Amino acid sequence: MTSGLKRIWNTPSLLVGLIMFAALILLTVFIPYISPYDPSEQNLSAFLQPPSAEHWLGTDQLGRDLFTRLIYAARTDLKIMVLAEIIPFCIGVFLGMLAGYYGKWIDTVITLLSDTLIAFPFYLIVIIVAFASGAGERGIYITFILVGWIVFARVVRGLSASFRNQEWVASAQTLGLPGVKIILRHLLPNVLPQAVVVLMTDMIGLLVAIVTLGYLGIGITPPTPDWGTMISDGQPFITTAWWLSAVPGFAVVYTGIALSLLGDGLADIWRKK
Amino acid sequence: MTNLKQVLNQPRGSKDSYNWLVISLIKALAVICCVMIAVFFIIRIVPGDPAKMILGEYSTPEALKSMHHTLGLDLPLWEQFMRFLKTLFTQGDTGNSIVMGTSTRELIMQRAPVTLLLIVMACVLAIFVSLLLATVAATHKDKLLDHLIRIFPTITLGMPIFWVGLLLILLFSVRLGWFPVGGVSEGWIGTLHSLALPAITVAFSQIPTLVRSLRAQMLEVLESDFVVTLKGAGIPSRVILFKHVLRNSALPTLMLMGVNISYLIGGTLVVEQVFGIKGIGSLLFTSISKRDFPVIQGIALYCALAVVIISLLIEIISWWLDPRTKGKQ
Repeated sequence: MTSGLKRIWNTPSLLVGLIMFAALILLTVFIPYISPYDPSEQNLSAFLQPPSAEHWLGTDQLGRDLFTRLIYAARTDLKIMVLAEIIPFCIGVFLGMLAGYYGKWIDTVITLLSDTLIAFPFYLIVIIVAFASGAGERGIYITFILVGWIVFARVVRGLSASFRNQEWVASAQTLGLPGVKIILRHLLPNVLPQAVVVLMTDMIGLLVAIVTLGYLGIGITPPTPDWGTMISDGQPFITTAWWLSAVPGFAVVYTGIALSLLGDGLADIWRKK
Repeated sequence: MTNLKQVLNQPRGSKDSYNWLVISLIKALAVICCVMIAVFFIIRIVPGDPAKMILGEYSTPEALKSMHHTLGLDLPLWEQFMRFLKTLFTQGDTGNSIVMGTSTRELIMQRAPVTLLLIVMACVLAIFVSLLLATVAATHKDKLLDHLIRIFPTITLGMPIFWVGLLLILLFSVRLGWFPVGGVSEGWIGTLHSLALPAITVAFSQIPTLVRSLRAQMLEVLESDFVVTLKGAGIPSRVILFKHVLRNSALPTLMLMGVNISYLIGGTLVVEQVFGIKGIGSLLFTSISKRDFPVIQGIALYCALAVVIISLLIEIISWWLDPRTKGKQ
């Protein structure tokens, strides 16, 4: 435990990333105690106010407190980001191991499948599937189950294929262990670190996609606060109250930097091992 | 990064070059077939009845029935697919638009030029800026400039492309008044002028990954034996840089663009929406708001075909250009 903590302490990118991410999570947890406002409470006598002591980031066109909405939107977006990544991650790692370990026709089928889905521009397929499966949270989950696994499958496939010819796999095979057991007991622990590093970067892409869908009006539906809809709501006021659209974007960038540092840090730690 | 390595590690010229070519062609054909099947199934993703989604909750049973007939949903799945293929091969598209009645292909062809111009402009810009930044970073390795350029991707990775567009509009159009706020003006110069900001936006999303890979690639060349030898022979480093290092980076840049083409097209569709450009992106969103499935399917088909064909062409060109291929033939 102490050695683990020491290792985190010695990896500045991981430390900074952890602190940045933890700060955001703490804000989303304690926002009801920090802010006296409700995220969807309208106050038409105080609309489009610039930042002040009462409204730290000002108010939007309906007089809602921007800071409060920003943090409540973080609740929505971060929750969906994590939930939407779980199933694709599992599918991707599993299919990647299957393709890499067995090769042959299994590999051909999985590669063909991922090549086909990757032929569709990422945002095109995300927009179409999210629209067709119905706007809202459910649509986002369906979209990413369909397309999110590819990244993991590709990385894990390459790793598994390189492990396949190594001695420890060969010796496990001569011991007569069934393929499934080798994959789950021996291959999985070896591919997981790399997959988790990819997961961190991929979550950034996923978050940006969730926000983009919200902006385009086919993601999270109002009145649920979401960074993407906040940006599009603020767009008509870009000349007078530019911060309405700018601030939610900075929140996405902040989260992106935190996740990026976490990923870099984890990669460093596992490389040193 | 991994993508570039995968591409570079392909056995070009190592075994039988022409075998490699044939295999790539077969692979591309297989992917195209699968793309067609995937496009056919787009309308099937809809939970429940697609006709109901198009006509609304309170449509009459007769209207639903005729919509089923229009979409071919009253046929068995197999016959639907045959009909889909027949339209595809005779008309070259996914049927007629439900809303406008014109063929999907015609609608797409009307909108394609602006989108293509935007993509080309973004590509040129992205390559130019990335090569510049990567050269600066690689020649100033581990100095301040290098660190600054390397931090760039960490920050920009989480930037939604439409938001970058909005900020650019705010800065360059609203505050400085250098560019129009949206839309496309008349004439060649007007078109280029109004597409400049959108092109910068699209390029901006490509530059971080390009710079990261190109810097690594350039460092590899800079530290390779032949450059060290050239330096030892007293050839000025500027000549080495422009004549040898940049030339050696051209191929990986081309390949990277091939890998990124799919992101480039997707990003362009979103950026069009921010800037109010009437290209494929705006066609997509109008069709989505009108639930015009054939047009949506058509756009998906054409974009995917473009990606497959462009990637294949780039693979072939780089195989052709790669000096390693020629040496071993």
